Amino acid sequence: MSLTAIRIESVEVRYGPKTILRIPRLSIAEGEILAVIGPNGAGKSTLLQILGLLQRPSKGRVFFDGQEITGSSDLVALRRRLALVFQEPLLFHGTVFDNVALGLRLRGTRRNEIKQRVELWLAKLNISHLEGRSIAKLSFGEAQRVNLARSLVLNPEVLLLDEPFASLDPPTQASMVEELQNLLAETKTTSVFVTQNRAEALMLGHRLAVIIDGQIAQLDTPQNVFSHPANEDVAGFLGVETIVEGRVLSSGDGLSRVAMGQHEILLTGTYPPEQEMLFCLRPEDITLLLPDSRADLRLDANVIPGTIKKVTPLETQLKVVADCSFPVTVLASKQAFIDLSLAKGKHVLLTFKPSAVHVIPKRLPVTEKP
Amino acid sequence: MDLLWQGITEAIRLLLSGDPEIFSIVLLSLRVSLTATVTSLILGVPAGMALALSQFRGRRFLISLVNVGMGIPPVVVGLMVAILLWRSGPLGFLGIMYTPLAIIIAQTLIAFPIVTGLTLAAVQQLNPKVRLQIMALGASRWQMLWILVREARLSILAAAMAGFGGVISEVGASMMVGGNLLGQTRVLTTATVLETSKGNFDVALALSTILFALAYMITLALTVVQQREKTL
Repeated sequence: MSLTAIRIESVEVRYGPKTILRIPRLSIAEGEILAVIGPNGAGKSTLLQILGLLQRPSKGRVFFDGQEITGSSDLVALRRRLALVFQEPLLFHGTVFDNVALGLRLRGTRRNEIKQRVELWLAKLNISHLEGRSIAKLSFGEAQRVNLARSLVLNPEVLLLDEPFASLDPPTQASMVEELQNLLAETKTTSVFVTQNRAEALMLGHRLAVIIDGQIAQLDTPQNVFSHPANEDVAGFLGVETIVEGRVLSSGDGLSRVAMGQHEILLTGTYPPEQEMLFCLRPEDITLLLPDSRADLRLDANVIPGTIKKVTPLETQLKVVADCSFPVTVLASKQAFIDLSLAKGKHVLLTFKPSAVHVIPKRLPVTEKP
Repeated sequence: MDLLWQGITEAIRLLLSGDPEIFSIVLLSLRVSLTATVTSLILGVPAGMALALSQFRGRRFLISLVNVGMGIPPVVVGLMVAILLWRSGPLGFLGIMYTPLAIIIAQTLIAFPIVTGLTLAAVQQLNPKVRLQIMALGASRWQMLWILVREARLSILAAAMAGFGGVISEVGASMMVGGNLLGQTRVLTTATVLETSKGNFDVALALSTILFALAYMITLALTVVQQREKTL
């Protein structure tokens, strides 16, 4: 049984007559990484500031490490057990060392220890060479690494991250997410990670909360949220994607053979055998065929059999959910549906190219699995 | 043109000759105006921070007062201080009318709104998330204020320059509360006015040249510090 690091109950935040956040209950377990995703202005950053004890809710209760936060709580002492990373680096006058050391200096840490810890974290974030550099001479990516180091050096009990990689270019973004994933796996720091990026949410989150209009629209494992959106708002924001856990069987020539449910499929890219990963398929990348049309297929295409479980009409297309030992969502044109005389209960083949499979190198939760 | 040249040569001669009267005027000007500037910084920086960071009733009114104060004519300040310090005035018992202290008080009141207003603007200009970031790093209230001052330091240096420039060059208040007494309260600006009224344009020009050079050197020193900080 894992312990709760932060819990909020019946929290509401109002600005004037407008309620911008209403959360009946949310708790974050020790060691858990909660990803929070949602459109702009949905209340994600406000939630993070409530959790970071930087803002008091208009109503409701906030518990940190079992203690309720009240008007008489020593907020400075409590905040010193947390750390928050913003989207903008917001570094202060001075060198990289000064910035990473700042939080420790504010805590009155001894000079030797500061030096030791700062150097350790500069090394972990691959910015040791920048130690003496003025912050005015850093690139944005470097500055964001300093920003991360500045928070991680504090060994916070809870790390709050507010879209830390949103302003970085995509390659830098990808490598930093992976580094952060490794660092968090190493430190097992309880974290709340706000993002707008689906891949980041999938990679980092043990659980994913979707916030829409100030409310948690869905809270579940990222796989479940992406493959089974709770309602149209969530589906509309995330897009519907099939996400399946799988295992690499073999790899070579730029292709990998993986086990996905009961099926074996091919995908582009080489991965170490036996690695557990998440495989994502977008509904528009899958084509439905009748079982007798195998002859039309390209040689390298993946084909998996399934049964149509549910058909939902959308504006111009149909959303079809097929059971292939795991549910797969497919978008089909209404015409194709009529031509193939498809209906609920009918057996079909689902086909997709190896390059249509997106791979997310998921680090599966270290805590207990449901 | 002759007059200008004459003034500059006279200024150099006066400076080189080490005229004790001129030196005492220069020293007094510097002492009074630097003291007033430093005092206005000590009072104005915290006042500007407080106005920038806190929310209270009447805050807007106070800010408007500060903004008006930034442009208030020195003679008006001089008049108000004179009324207060006048022998029969409310602070007359202090007996500081016509002393350097009276000039320092008047000049502090002139520089205070300038320093306060510029500090207020500087702190308000900082990204509001900077405050959240400082709090999130675990700063206490005082630690946060100190970091904010450090972040706004370039603007605060500019405030120091503007304050000093304002008081070293003012004449109305120094004249009214100082009285332009030779050897006691005569400063560069009041001496210049006096010499001009006597028709001693060369001496007046010499005094203003010295005044200009002083103001320039001090501002230059602060500018050097400011620009070095900026590129650091």
